[in-house]
Amino acid sequence: MKHIISVLLENEAGALSRVAGLFSARGYNIESLTVAPTEDATLSRMTIVTVGSDEVIEQITKQLNKLIEVVKLVDLSDGDHIERELMLVKVRAVGKDREEMKRMADIFRGRIIDVTDKDYTIELTGTGAKLDAFLKAIDRGAILETVRTGASGIGRGDRVLRV
Amino acid sequence: MELTGAEITVRCLQEEGVEHVFGYPGGAVLFIYDELFKQDKVKHILVRHEQGAVHAADGYARSTDKVGVALVTSGPGVTNAVTGIATAYMDSIPLVVITGQVPTHAIGQDAFQECDAVGITRPCVKHNFLVKDVKDLAVTIKKAFYIAATGRPGPVVVDIPKDVTAAKTEFHYPETIAMRSYNPVIKGHAGQIKKAIQLLTKAKRPMIYTGGGVVLGGAADELAQLVRALGFPCTNTLMGLGAYPATDRQFLGMLGMHGTYEANMAMQHCDVLLAIGARFDDRVIGNPRHFFSEERTIIHVDIDPSSISKRVKVDIPIVGNVREVLRELIKQLEASKERSDPEALKTWWTQIELWRSRECLKYDRSSTLIKPQYVIEKLWEVTSGDAFVTSDVGQHQMWAAQFYKFQKPRRWINSGGLGTMGFGMPAAMGVQLAHPNATVACVTGEASIQMCIQELSTCKQYRLPIKVVNLNNKYMGMVRQWQEFFHGNRYAESYMDALPDFSKLAESYGHIGVKVEKPEDVEPALREAFARKDDLVFMDFVTDQTENVFPMVPGGKGLSEMILV
Repeated sequence: MKHIISVLLENEAGALSRVAGLFSARGYNIESLTVAPTEDATLSRMTIVTVGSDEVIEQITKQLNKLIEVVKLVDLSDGDHIERELMLVKVRAVGKDREEMKRMADIFRGRIIDVTDKDYTIELTGTGAKLDAFLKAIDRGAILETVRTGASGIGRGDRVLRV
Repeated sequence: MELTGAEITVRCLQEEGVEHVFGYPGGAVLFIYDELFKQDKVKHILVRHEQGAVHAADGYARSTDKVGVALVTSGPGVTNAVTGIATAYMDSIPLVVITGQVPTHAIGQDAFQECDAVGITRPCVKHNFLVKDVKDLAVTIKKAFYIAATGRPGPVVVDIPKDVTAAKTEFHYPETIAMRSYNPVIKGHAGQIKKAIQLLTKAKRPMIYTGGGVVLGGAADELAQLVRALGFPCTNTLMGLGAYPATDRQFLGMLGMHGTYEANMAMQHCDVLLAIGARFDDRVIGNPRHFFSEERTIIHVDIDPSSISKRVKVDIPIVGNVREVLRELIKQLEASKERSDPEALKTWWTQIELWRSRECLKYDRSSTLIKPQYVIEKLWEVTSGDAFVTSDVGQHQMWAAQFYKFQKPRRWINSGGLGTMGFGMPAAMGVQLAHPNATVACVTGEASIQMCIQELSTCKQYRLPIKVVNLNNKYMGMVRQWQEFFHGNRYAESYMDALPDFSKLAESYGHIGVKVEKPEDVEPALREAFARKDDLVFMDFVTDQTENVFPMVPGGKGLSEMILV
């Protein structure tokens, strides 16, 4: 099953490579990994999307907790949470496809953020599944380039991960 | 007053009460060596290869409860040290390894003797640091010692660029350290401990299985108290030997791949298993599917939550320092009215004695060749069972574990997790330096000893009177045994041709060398060697080439599927 693990870790050089190294050394899957500083400059927030059985996920969280730089973590998938991912897609937009592409972007609540006479660049935000659905919905041959950030997540309501 | 980074490094070691640093100089650490030269509180032991430095620091740490310290230069100094660091990591040994680094401005430029020390060691350390600013140096070294020694111990690398050792700052060594991201659990959960007592006293076929955690956690006395209070059988892993006195009737010997018949059978057939400071690794439980085929309830005490339910699903996990948890277990057991059913225990012990009567460790005592097991038995007698015994890796290691009946913790020093050939000799140096008047034996084989034989030179320099027991069968014995059992007797590259004359080799290093070829000469040779309190004696025992280690649980098989003699 897919899990979104959110980690607060010391904002120190090498912390990211410890996490990445742990996953490769122990053979865990990483679907995506994002990391950026938080409002507290000493802390980074990392969101890891991984797939595994309950036993594997338990080991992953234990092993992550064992890393000296990890301050706190939560498996967001254990409760209500919001997941968002940003995607930039460059698509061919010529002839009658041009209008169709605009319509598809609207349906998925995407925004066209760059336009030339041959292509559009569309910005789309949502769960990973929504972004997948958009890519499925448009003509595959029209896709020139996709750039995805990987998922970020946050707990719903008063479910908060902080130090 | 401002001090240089090099001065600070040495001052930190003094503040930590470090007596010995094992190392090898080189360009990047010259300022540190200069400061070591100017003082005499911290004694530097010059090894002949950086692997030896780390193993020696490791042996020092294993035989005491102190943090071992090694100092190596950048580049090849670091890469040579990696085997030692990984060895310590696998066995949870507290070390601080200080590595020199090229100057900060040269990092990433492919400078002479540059390597990414933090990157190379990352997967085999508990933690590591690159100190880029001399202002961070003292607090980083403090953190390194704190992290190495607390929680589940392990090696910590501190990488110091050369310019940082030359730069100056005010020196202040923090007395304590607090880290928001690192707070090891100490006390076990009282509710879990209560549940454990209920399970243990209801058990009909109980078993206590303990590992290196009991040795490292200093909980041997508590373990003995608990085992005796419960009247249960007890087994130790390879890493856990000495945690429970081996001559006691309640001790079933070591378990696992080369464990005793009675220990493995009891482990497989018990209904309640209390695991303490052990991790159910592949050499201990064999095939996990086979292990699960018998139903049993498992209580697991460990300081590392990630060791619990890693390979085996556990019913009652108790995270905490083993000594604290055992004390609480004993306290609650004494207060509790529940007691084990004596009839059930009696039946269980009858079964165990039946298994024990199989005498799984017997060997041919009438042979005209020297049997390696006999050498270890005699070693035990001659040293009154009270020596520090280090070993290398292979058949000799298993025979030492099976036949030297360790009575005390921290006496058996071997590379259990990583299985590092070449460990025994340098580890023995660390042990001897930590215990100058103690009897230290290094049980080895002709293959392993050659992996760090250069340290005979270090032993001469520091007059370390180690007794080397070389079980020489001219084969990489364990490789040969597997080839005999599983590869149709095709002894691919496991024969050691062109061996040196070890006794002469030892003599050329300035030691005493003895070659022993007949069984009747074994005991006199040992007695004579151990009587020489001030000399290193290298005893080269020419042993039966075809001898194998039994019992054996073949790879992929279950614990009760042993090959017996």
